[in-house]
Amino acid sequence: MAELSEQAEFSGQAGLSGQAGLSGQAGLSGQAGLAGPAAGSRLLDGLRAYRLIAGMWIRSTMAYRASFVMTTFGNFVSSGLDFVAILLMFSRVDALGGYPLPEIALLYGLSNAAFGLADLAIGSMDRLGRRVRDGTLDILLVRPAPVLAQVAADRFALRRLGRVIQGSLVLGWALTRLDVDWTPLKLLLMPVTVVSGCGIFCAVFVAGAAFQFWAQDASEVQNAFTYGGTTLLQYPPTVFGKELVRGVTFILPLAFVNWLPALYVLGRPYPLDLPRWTAFTPPLVAVVCCALAGAAWRVGLRSYRSTGN
Amino acid sequence: MGAGRLYAAVAAGGFRRYATYRTATVAGVFTNTVFGLILVYTYLALWDARPHLGGYDPAQAVTYVWLGQAFLAALAIGGGGVEEELMERIRTGDVAIDLYRPVDLQLWWLAADVGRALFQLVGRGVVPFVFGALFFPVSLPVDPLAWVAFLGTVVLAMLVGFGIRFLVALSAFWLMDGTGVLQMARLAGFFCSGMLLPLNVFPGALGEVVRVLPWSSLLQAPADVLLGHADPLGTYAFQGTWAVALLAAGRLVQLAATRRVVVQGG
Amino acid sequence: MAVDGAGGTDGVGGMDGAGGGFIEVDRVEKVFEVRRKTGFLRRERRQVRAVDGISFGVARGEMVGYIGPNGAGKSTTIKMLTGILTPSGGRLRVAGIDPSRERTRLAQRIGVVFGQRTTLWWDLPLIDSYRLMHRMYRIPDARYRANLDRCVELLELGALLDVPVRQLSLGQRMRGDIAAALLHDPEVLYLDEPTIGLDVVSKAKVRGFLRDLNAERGTTVLLTTHDLQDIEQLCSRVMVIDHGRLVYDGPLAGLHEAGESERTLVVDLERELPPIELPSARVVRVEGPRQWLAFPAGESAAALVARIAAEYPLVDLSVREPDIEAVIGRMYAEKAVS
Repeated sequence: MAELSEQAEFSGQAGLSGQAGLSGQAGLSGQAGLAGPAAGSRLLDGLRAYRLIAGMWIRSTMAYRASFVMTTFGNFVSSGLDFVAILLMFSRVDALGGYPLPEIALLYGLSNAAFGLADLAIGSMDRLGRRVRDGTLDILLVRPAPVLAQVAADRFALRRLGRVIQGSLVLGWALTRLDVDWTPLKLLLMPVTVVSGCGIFCAVFVAGAAFQFWAQDASEVQNAFTYGGTTLLQYPPTVFGKELVRGVTFILPLAFVNWLPALYVLGRPYPLDLPRWTAFTPPLVAVVCCALAGAAWRVGLRSYRSTGN
Repeated sequence: MGAGRLYAAVAAGGFRRYATYRTATVAGVFTNTVFGLILVYTYLALWDARPHLGGYDPAQAVTYVWLGQAFLAALAIGGGGVEEELMERIRTGDVAIDLYRPVDLQLWWLAADVGRALFQLVGRGVVPFVFGALFFPVSLPVDPLAWVAFLGTVVLAMLVGFGIRFLVALSAFWLMDGTGVLQMARLAGFFCSGMLLPLNVFPGALGEVVRVLPWSSLLQAPADVLLGHADPLGTYAFQGTWAVALLAAGRLVQLAATRRVVVQGG
Repeated sequence: MAVDGAGGTDGVGGMDGAGGGFIEVDRVEKVFEVRRKTGFLRRERRQVRAVDGISFGVARGEMVGYIGPNGAGKSTTIKMLTGILTPSGGRLRVAGIDPSRERTRLAQRIGVVFGQRTTLWWDLPLIDSYRLMHRMYRIPDARYRANLDRCVELLELGALLDVPVRQLSLGQRMRGDIAAALLHDPEVLYLDEPTIGLDVVSKAKVRGFLRDLNAERGTTVLLTTHDLQDIEQLCSRVMVIDHGRLVYDGPLAGLHEAGESERTLVVDLERELPPIELPSARVVRVEGPRQWLAFPAGESAAALVARIAAEYPLVDLSVREPDIEAVIGRMYAEKAVS
């Protein structure tokens, strides 16, 4: 019982919440090596469980309709504040890091739409640590459904649409204001970028949740990568130090969320002299990230099941 | 007799309680540092395009960023102070027990919040600030008196911050679900305190308005004193006025709320 | 007197009889590494054997009470049986399934009720939680309807189905939770403190329901509890765990004799007095007006207390149990004293 000391929830963190994806295959029954049809059916099982649980949460939210409207609006405004800050900056300058407002708005819109979708899908996964602490994770473990899917759907909140809408509006505005020679390829790249970016952020959410199997109070760490990441991506890479850009390209590949595709569309030079074709790699990067995050999740869950809490 | 001692003990308790969450503190330090890093670069780009913006030079702007990260948790600018717990007690009705205690509700929670704030300042604020000072050009006073003057503004900032959040918490007496109010309070805190962008960079009338709102006592006022941008005494007067006004308003609302609880008969 | 190793004292369990062992637990252990704070930054690691080589078997249709002090390894055992935790050693089978390897397959065949943690949806009407179970467990419609009707009738949930769970009393919620665990016809039901915090009426309802369930459906039931009456009224067999080891496995009646060790009666007298002299107890410690008397655990404390109260200026008293079977002993003592 020595370990019981740290229950009670901690409210000192700044961020709101956040978390992760269902992408890859949900890690379940300890049988990591299952391949082929088994893995496929597990994925389907996971999606089904996700849908069921998310549906329950939506109905729960509707029990407090006024609060729902208010928090959706709040979500919209809160994600919009970042953009207001950018507008305020541009009331004083014409360009930031060499980029005029419509170009920054493109970066901002892509980043927020991608992150908003990930946040909407699995944004409450950072509650995993709390579930481990209070023992409610065990309830999910005795149900016949993948735990990852259940945790991903936990506290599913439609109010998070606020950020998606806000990001999409800014993106739409940017697209109309940009002076770009649109080709079919460039047009196609936009939705592909948002979806891949969502995948990359989902991977971050899952990995962050997996980390909480070991550090249950560390939910705030992932805010640095999720909320911090999306803030970073709202600005062009020319603003940041080389080391930081290297870090978010090669270590935590956030650069693939929006920087590379957007710079391709804008015809701007890439950071770190990356080759032009890297603008088309985000889907691949997303898949790899999700696979790695899924592996981290499995290791974390296995560790929980062998150590308890 | 022991009233002072009692509230000191409450404050110490608040300090110790937050000191328990060691992992969370480390996680918070990490996150504040990362956010500081991102903000510093964007500010440097801004000041590169427009040197002397808002009267700051780049080193002062950098200092401002790290000060903001140091204050974020301590002043609960983005939420996370005692107000959430108080709201929960109001919602569940436990606050009735507090009201029957021979202590003052407002002072009790103020003491708890000050204890919390002191821990967050030391535990979460110092490291990001030192990190910033080591790796970026900052502008800090060498005169010890300037630091003392700065500390005075921090204390007043704590009072103003609590004054705002106490009012927010008391709204739970009238509202079933406080999530929305908390969220609005956080947004206002973020935007109007200068957490996103120094208030002296805000243009025109908007700038003039936000600079006189109470939130500017939280970050902008202490920062200006630390950076030698404002006269300490004038700043004290500004912060002090808001602190008194907010705490008095809190007291009035508390009275109304108490009457309400008594009328409802618990 | 600890019964170590396999089987029970009376051959109820045991690994023998391939069909008999619906739940088979063979030398199962669970070792945790616990880190303790010893200073602000220093931590000390040590290993805790939460479950230390337990063996038992439960036949289909048995109803077994599983008791022991807090931290004895009860819930760790349950967590291994339900597939939540992976054992560190030994062999475990439930309905022929290795719980930790095939957690989701097992989940279809077991029901679990955690006394303090509800699986119901707080803000939604009770029926919504059941609809979720219906779909999550893929229960055929006809079976779901039949099971739900039965639970609603026997657990008296009819009026509660449309009430949001947050408005239910503890007892109503527990009944709701039990129903939720049974909709998919589990072959075995694990109950963790199913009557904790309930009033007398609710307790009786829950117990009656479980008895019927076991009798009519042959559902195997394994329950942990602090309430001796749960055991007396429901279980033909009791297992006692202490410090991770099975110290008793047998019929309830045997427990009464099991307490051959000594209990301690702590008495507070009005003032300091020489050690109390009685034939049936001996003083083992004196501290001011407080004295510790050891007496055979099988004997009633009441007679002893009566004698002391008659002959000495008694202010207060309590009975303390020996280390093993601390909880069972205490349960009996409470009954004896109160």
